[in-house]
Amino acid sequence: MAKALIRVPTEAKKGEVFEIKTLISHPMETGQRRDEMGRPIPRDIINRFVCTYNGEEVFRADLFPAIAANPFLAFFTVATESGELVFRWTDDHGNTQTETARITVV
Amino acid sequence: MLARGEKPVFDLSKPTVRLTRRQFVAATILGVTLPPTLRHAAEASPEDAAAAMKAILGDAQARVGKVTLDIPPIAENGNSVPLTVSVDSPMTLAEHVRSIHIFSEENPLPNVAHFTLGPRAGKAQVTTRIRLFKSQKIVAVAALSDGSFWSGSAEVVITLAACIEE
Amino acid sequence: MSGPRRFCLLAAPFLPLLLAVSVSGQHADPPTGIRPEDTRSGYHFQSRETQGMQDDDLANPGFLWVLKGEDLWRKAAGAAGKSCASCHQDAAKSMKGVAARYPAFDARAGRVINLEQRINQCRVDHQQTSPFIYESEDLLALTVYVAHPSRGMPMQVTTDGPARPFFEAGRNLFLARQGQLNLACKQCHEDQWGKQLRGDRISQGHGNAYPIYRLEWQTVGSLHRRLRSCSIGVRAEPYPYGAQEYVNLELFLAWRARGLPIETPGVRR
Repeated sequence: MAKALIRVPTEAKKGEVFEIKTLISHPMETGQRRDEMGRPIPRDIINRFVCTYNGEEVFRADLFPAIAANPFLAFFTVATESGELVFRWTDDHGNTQTETARITVV
Repeated sequence: MLARGEKPVFDLSKPTVRLTRRQFVAATILGVTLPPTLRHAAEASPEDAAAAMKAILGDAQARVGKVTLDIPPIAENGNSVPLTVSVDSPMTLAEHVRSIHIFSEENPLPNVAHFTLGPRAGKAQVTTRIRLFKSQKIVAVAALSDGSFWSGSAEVVITLAACIEE
Repeated sequence: MSGPRRFCLLAAPFLPLLLAVSVSGQHADPPTGIRPEDTRSGYHFQSRETQGMQDDDLANPGFLWVLKGEDLWRKAAGAAGKSCASCHQDAAKSMKGVAARYPAFDARAGRVINLEQRINQCRVDHQQTSPFIYESEDLLALTVYVAHPSRGMPMQVTTDGPARPFFEAGRNLFLARQGQLNLACKQCHEDQWGKQLRGDRISQGHGNAYPIYRLEWQTVGSLHRRLRSCSIGVRAEPYPYGAQEYVNLELFLAWRARGLPIETPGVRR
């Protein structure tokens, strides 16, 4: 399990637009590098990030090797109702990692 | 900046290591060339970026406007350059940004990221950190809910580190 | 007036100064090239964006290593079946101030050691397990975790008593010309700090933010990794990780950086 950090406000007013920040540990191997013997190091990246809010997708990112190591993503969403935000990262091997956060909308 | 009369630490007009021709030939034969990180596959070109953009645009054209890239004009290190892309849009159900696509003109591969938004985003703004292989133009294309496309770009200079580590 | 008497007359006004220098502080040090009021962390020589990365815990990749370190802190290891937490409980309390006084003379080791080596000493002596390999992910993460509670506290190492010969060895290394480029640390980091060297502004060479997340490495690394890069930068053969030469230098650097806040995990270019 890669280490991940999420920042979501614990509370927001209904209709308020708030920012979500995410950071996950991953080398994002580009596939462009070669090792000391000159052999290509294969590409190995997180290629997708999805955020759902009470089950509905509110943000998606398709990532390529040009995204820096330990991918940082910050985006916005509207506080519609209290509930659960789910964040899922998927890598080139199909492995996924999920983190969740709860928000109270007043 | 140097004050008048100050000598630079390195005189950039001269190479820091002077090789005789014999040394240079020997070094090349021994394979002492660029460090591994600098030996890349073919670089992308503005044409590759345009082709990647066409995959999004189809036959449509992107108008310049509405899209702003906030990226340092001189990047401290090409391994990690902060980028905030924003699109001027009310982000309502009737009028919003569907997606934002980032392209590189000089990286080995032209696609950087594709972000899917929608009316629930509230604000069409995404921040991330990108890798830039060399000084170049970064282009962002936004697809709006009315079917139109808008674009913006920024030029970034990538500098060399002071001391080579390899 | 005869020679010796003239000399005495000329020298007389300077005697109080010589005496003052030799008794001030714990020992007579030649002053460094940087005045205390000009002493600045490496943070100040980064771009605004890089500073922003360090300032926001959520944007600072080094914090991912704080999380990894926390796992290791709680993990039982070795024949004793103890974790760091078994003895030290909450690191936020028990480790507060520790990083600020390392490197330090350690009676058990009989020499000055740094924080990485002190952690390994605990692993061997108290957890009864093997030490982490220097610069391994585990040692980096645990060092970040142990140093992090000292964030904001001023560096304050001891350089007298048994630490003295190690401190002087570190200072001599700092002042010595090295490598094919024949440069001493002092020449860039005391005489030319703040000036542009290709794309970089030269820092004063303080280690107060280590281990750091370095954009050039795209990962967290130790001060020894950075010192090895400096050695390579002047085209000198780098000492191995954990070498006493670098630990001595670390002690000298920590003394130069006295008063600067610990910033671990820092972000640097």
